[in-house]
Amino acid sequence: MPEHAINDLLEDRVGHVLETALDGAPAAIRCGTKSASGSVSQRACVFCGSRVVLYPIADALHLVHGPAGCAAYTWDIRGALSSGPALHRHSFTTDLRETDVVFGGAVKLEKALRELIAKHEPRAAFIYSTCIVGLIGDDVDAVCRKVAADFGIPVIPVDSEGFKGTKKDGYKAACEALLKLIGTSPDPAVPPAPARSVEGINILGEFNLAGEAWMIRDYYARMGVPVVATLTGDGRVDVVRQAHTARFNVVQCSGSMQGLAIMMEKQYEQPYRRVSYFGLEDMAQALYDVADLFADTDPGMPARAAALVAEEMGRVLPRLAAFRKDLQGTRAAIYVGGAFKAHSLIKALRHLGMQTAVVGSQTGNAEDYARLQQLCDPGTIILDDSNPVELSRFVLEKQVDLLIGGVKERPIAYKLGVAFCDHNHERKIPLAGFEGMLNFAREVHGSVTSPVWKLSPRRRA
Amino acid sequence: MNEAEDAPEYAVNPCKVCAPLGASLAFKGVSGTVPILHGSQGCATYIRRYLISHFREPVDIASSSFDEMAAVFGGSDSLMRGLDNVRATYQPEVIGVATTCLSETIGDDVKDILRRYSDRHPSETVLVNVSTPSYSGTHLDGYYDTVASLVSSLAKGGPARASVNVFPAIISPEDLRWLKRTVAAFGVGLCLLPDYSDTLDGGMWSEYRRLPPGGTSLEAIRDCGRALGSLELGWSQASRTTGGRFLNREFGIHCHSQGLPIGIEATDAFLAALSELTGRPVPPDLEAERARLLDAYADAHKILAGQRAVVFGDEDMAIALALFLAEIGVKPALVASGGTGALAQTLAEAHPVLRGLDTQFMPDTDFARLGEAAKAAGPTLLVGHSKGSKLARELDVPLVRIGFPVHDRFGSGRLSCLGYPGTHRLFDEVVNTILADRQAKSTSGYFYF
Repeated sequence: MPEHAINDLLEDRVGHVLETALDGAPAAIRCGTKSASGSVSQRACVFCGSRVVLYPIADALHLVHGPAGCAAYTWDIRGALSSGPALHRHSFTTDLRETDVVFGGAVKLEKALRELIAKHEPRAAFIYSTCIVGLIGDDVDAVCRKVAADFGIPVIPVDSEGFKGTKKDGYKAACEALLKLIGTSPDPAVPPAPARSVEGINILGEFNLAGEAWMIRDYYARMGVPVVATLTGDGRVDVVRQAHTARFNVVQCSGSMQGLAIMMEKQYEQPYRRVSYFGLEDMAQALYDVADLFADTDPGMPARAAALVAEEMGRVLPRLAAFRKDLQGTRAAIYVGGAFKAHSLIKALRHLGMQTAVVGSQTGNAEDYARLQQLCDPGTIILDDSNPVELSRFVLEKQVDLLIGGVKERPIAYKLGVAFCDHNHERKIPLAGFEGMLNFAREVHGSVTSPVWKLSPRRRA
Repeated sequence: MNEAEDAPEYAVNPCKVCAPLGASLAFKGVSGTVPILHGSQGCATYIRRYLISHFREPVDIASSSFDEMAAVFGGSDSLMRGLDNVRATYQPEVIGVATTCLSETIGDDVKDILRRYSDRHPSETVLVNVSTPSYSGTHLDGYYDTVASLVSSLAKGGPARASVNVFPAIISPEDLRWLKRTVAAFGVGLCLLPDYSDTLDGGMWSEYRRLPPGGTSLEAIRDCGRALGSLELGWSQASRTTGGRFLNREFGIHCHSQGLPIGIEATDAFLAALSELTGRPVPPDLEAERARLLDAYADAHKILAGQRAVVFGDEDMAIALALFLAEIGVKPALVASGGTGALAQTLAEAHPVLRGLDTQFMPDTDFARLGEAAKAAGPTLLVGHSKGSKLARELDVPLVRIGFPVHDRFGSGRLSCLGYPGTHRLFDEVVNTILADRQAKSTSGYFYF
């Protein structure tokens, strides 16, 4: 291995990786481009971006128009919980065959839609286009219009052909689909205008993995902030349709849903605020920021937010101390979907006495990466759209004790005898909020301090 | 059954995945090979994720990472760039190129692209390609087609060698190891293709192994044109264009085709065929394994009497499991597969054992229709991969996990079912699953069974 793996990148990858400077001056990083052919990117495709954003809407029919694979690989793939209907946990696909590719899939799509809507009575249907749909020229919009008119529910095409951009373009297509729903409530008490009639917020970019949205909603309830809609965790079509009535939008996972916040700001004049619910500081800051938004109409809210934060901190901080004692001085690598989450994780790790030595994301933008560089210590490796070979090399070069990532990163860590924390959609325990910080600490501690690593070849060598 | 006329209109909870996954799995079983999928980035990533969740091992699969320009003007440049980058990063012996629905639909001539690439980079990396449009067939089809492509593009003739070729259906790494042990016990050489027993079930590393150790060697594949004979394990292979058939046609290599050796009779047949091909007797150790298995059948037969199973998986695994269940006295009431076409059904219905049991067959199905049929069949047991876990929960019937994928349990690499020892493991699990269910549901709990 060369002395510095950073000097040994594929030509196509140069500029996507950098080491933070000693003087703290942020450098430009290449990002937002399509993945290099043959680089084994950890990203999926446009379809993936759309699917993850819309998937938690539990009373909608999510029909994947294409061969069965795309639907099969995403069948109940996330732990997005619902308090009621669970239609989203099924995998519906037009299962296109050779003959459909030759003669077109629109007839099949229409038939499938009619039968599935009649059978499952969803409140809306999302039709995801996969790669070949654009190529074979199906008029998906026309089918959607026809079926929507006949059944009286929104039937919304999602322009998510896999090759038409990156995962980020899939987020955008999903946001556009949501925008089509918003402001269309059939309830006469919820007219499209005027918007912002409710003294409350929408929670954007929170997908209720392991019930996290319920925890966040509970914090807001205790502060006295009504939540109109959560987009899209534990989502319901009729609630999404009322989202224009909230006074503000509060956006987490900004990579996926800031786009919708911007569209809603334009269309409904709803201001938005970016927040994060991961880690103690960011969670507290989210509540303070939202309280400030309402300070004009509810002057007592900032004080209630402060009381809530004090109460929760009082519960969590003493219990974190024990974990910190064992983790102090260890090092972490982070590789996640969006860079905004990485900001919070760096701070959360500091609470556990851990330093971040490597950090990257699939879809971060220039602004995210500049902020990352400010947050990190000098000599930290920053990665955009990385791959197993790069990740494993930096994990080893920086001698990290923990990798935070998702299912595809997990075996990289375990093969090398490095601890791992799943901070992606397969997690079964909530990691957001104050209580989530405690769970996070428990997860990290349980893996980093496991006795099995002592037996690993790397530790024995 | 005519697919064009009778294919279902849509699927709810598919009981299959797509052909490029099968191709990737087969390529992962060849030494020093990196698969590249010629299509969107998502195909490779979704397939990696699906395989990683099963094997719990790194699964590096490259993508030519199509963009809109490639979709309009052809993916030749993307694929060539991808090959450059894979070679620079991995230094592989072989790059396995599989297509997707995207590259097939725009009509990329992959053979021609690879020919042009090889002209530019002579005699470096071996390039093998397979056509796997995702709208055609399932992962099992992609898997078999890839094995056939590897054999037909690499095998050479020559003087006969004391070795056999074994081409199994999709089985676990532990079962691949059993095949290797068993053939070794006959004292002959082996080309087992594919062999992902080490590449997808290996040890810990001190550094990242870009090409995980193990896999069928290129030399072994080249030599398979000189073997004593081929054994294809998987009922449907008899009706496919397989590597075994190619070797028979090109080099006159005898090809024995049978179902997966699960159960005593199927294993007996496999060992008899191996004995005949090699001209060597069945090693005595195997007789002892067989005796223990039969003894176990006797011990537990009353637990199994009256049990009714719903079986699902790819067609070759599902049929082999059904025959095994019939052998031990569990009625395979319903055998279902996402495998498309009439092949599985024809084979299964033709089988006298299953015909006599009045077994219902559902090829080309999904879990929605399978679930409805299962309710009507009134099973006491489900046997199949982990995507049946929702159905098991709904029916309150236990699921014995076997086959691919198993995403909700550990140890998929060691889920054996082949030969006497694998059958014995599966048999014990079937019996104990029934007992555990009875124990949990009984009012008293039992101390002895």
